[in-house]
Amino acid sequence: MIALLTRDMMLAVRAGGGFGLGLAFFLIVTVLVPFGVGPESGVLREIAPGILWIGALLACLLSLDRIFALDYEDGSLDLLATAPVPLEGVVAMKAIAHWVTTGLPLVLAAPVLGVLLNLEAGAFGWLVLSLAAGTPALSMIGTFGAALTVGLKRGGLLLSLLVLPLYVPTLIFGALVVTRGAAGMAATPSLLMLGGITCACLALLPFAAAAAIRINLR
Amino acid sequence: MSIWEYANPKKFMQTSGVVLPFLVVLTVLALGAGLVWGFFFTPEDYKQGSTVKIIYIHVPAAMMAINAWAMMLVASLIWLIRRHHVSALAARAAAPVGIVFTLIALVTGAFWGQPMWGTWWEWDPRLTSFLVLFLFYLGYIALWEAIENPDAAADLTSVLCMVGSVFAILSRYAVNFWNQGLHQGATLSMDAEENIANVFYVPLLISIAGFILLFLTLVLLRTRTEIRVRRIQALQARERMG
Repeated sequence: MIALLTRDMMLAVRAGGGFGLGLAFFLIVTVLVPFGVGPESGVLREIAPGILWIGALLACLLSLDRIFALDYEDGSLDLLATAPVPLEGVVAMKAIAHWVTTGLPLVLAAPVLGVLLNLEAGAFGWLVLSLAAGTPALSMIGTFGAALTVGLKRGGLLLSLLVLPLYVPTLIFGALVVTRGAAGMAATPSLLMLGGITCACLALLPFAAAAAIRINLR
Repeated sequence: MSIWEYANPKKFMQTSGVVLPFLVVLTVLALGAGLVWGFFFTPEDYKQGSTVKIIYIHVPAAMMAINAWAMMLVASLIWLIRRHHVSALAARAAAPVGIVFTLIALVTGAFWGQPMWGTWWEWDPRLTSFLVLFLFYLGYIALWEAIENPDAAADLTSVLCMVGSVFAILSRYAVNFWNQGLHQGATLSMDAEENIANVFYVPLLISIAGFILLFLTLVLLRTRTEIRVRRIQALQARERMG
């Protein structure tokens, strides 16, 4: 399992793995928003939490189809499915590897982009906390979506259509934490809900994703 | 005599072929009675005027939009557990009907909201969760269309339906935290002290019955079509082999 985790992380970081692509996308989305809505710092300050969360969500989405596609093409997914480790564990490791290579950089980069969007000073801590608590759920839900569409030739667009509605609760609570934190209100309840969603996703979705992979490999 | 007999496509086709004409007649009667009574023979609301009559389409469509998803969930579970093909095809047949009901509820809601709330759309929890439900239907139908192997498609959409149900309910309660509601609470509930006034209540119930019958008719019809499509595919495959 650990070997699988390190293998996936190595593959993602090495050339052609698309590491950093999500991060660059996050940066570009955040930079484009002021061009769209105008440079007034008051407006930007108000919409910053939502923009940062949506940017992180889209950046996560970008690299989802890579989770299983390459392994499916070269046959290593069949080997993983017949290996003595449970497929559920393999799926969970894949999701964690995706989070470490995509979600974690987003969490670390978000405060810098928060400065660009003139985020309220008190909200930076909440931003990092909420992204750290929420992005694992994004990775896990995305892994489930990738498992559903792994056998398809052009699954990318379908993957977005399937996954984005599933992101709604995570997005709501994630953005709520930052908004409430920026307004000086109690953000802990929303953060707890967000953490609950993440824990439930990590606990249950590997089973659904593994079932989907078994169907696709049949 | 057990319900599982209808898992046999032949038995299902026979029985549904007999039932369907009666169902069509009943649907037309109930829908016609409910809507005509509702539109022409009920008084106008003292505050809402004639716009109150949208209720005879809006409420039943919204109810059936949710119930259609619930029916798809049950059918998917039956398919996953007992591997009855008719069940999987019924889930597939119900999805487009459900999405149309969702759309009807959203559109009639917009027509109703414009004069009453002064806006076509409001990011109210109920409206928003219906929009999310619409997206779930879209994803479900798109997944059915995308996969060529019919058994794999049935399996994967069933898994999606189960996971989607959990997330749909989660979204429904998540949006409550996110915005305050403009939409009124439940109009019809068993335990409420005060429901909608009786003059509106009876035609509304008939109209709901009509929508339920309409849903049953359409799903039966579409399931029969799916079974026939499956048979044609089997015949064509046999032709190629022989």
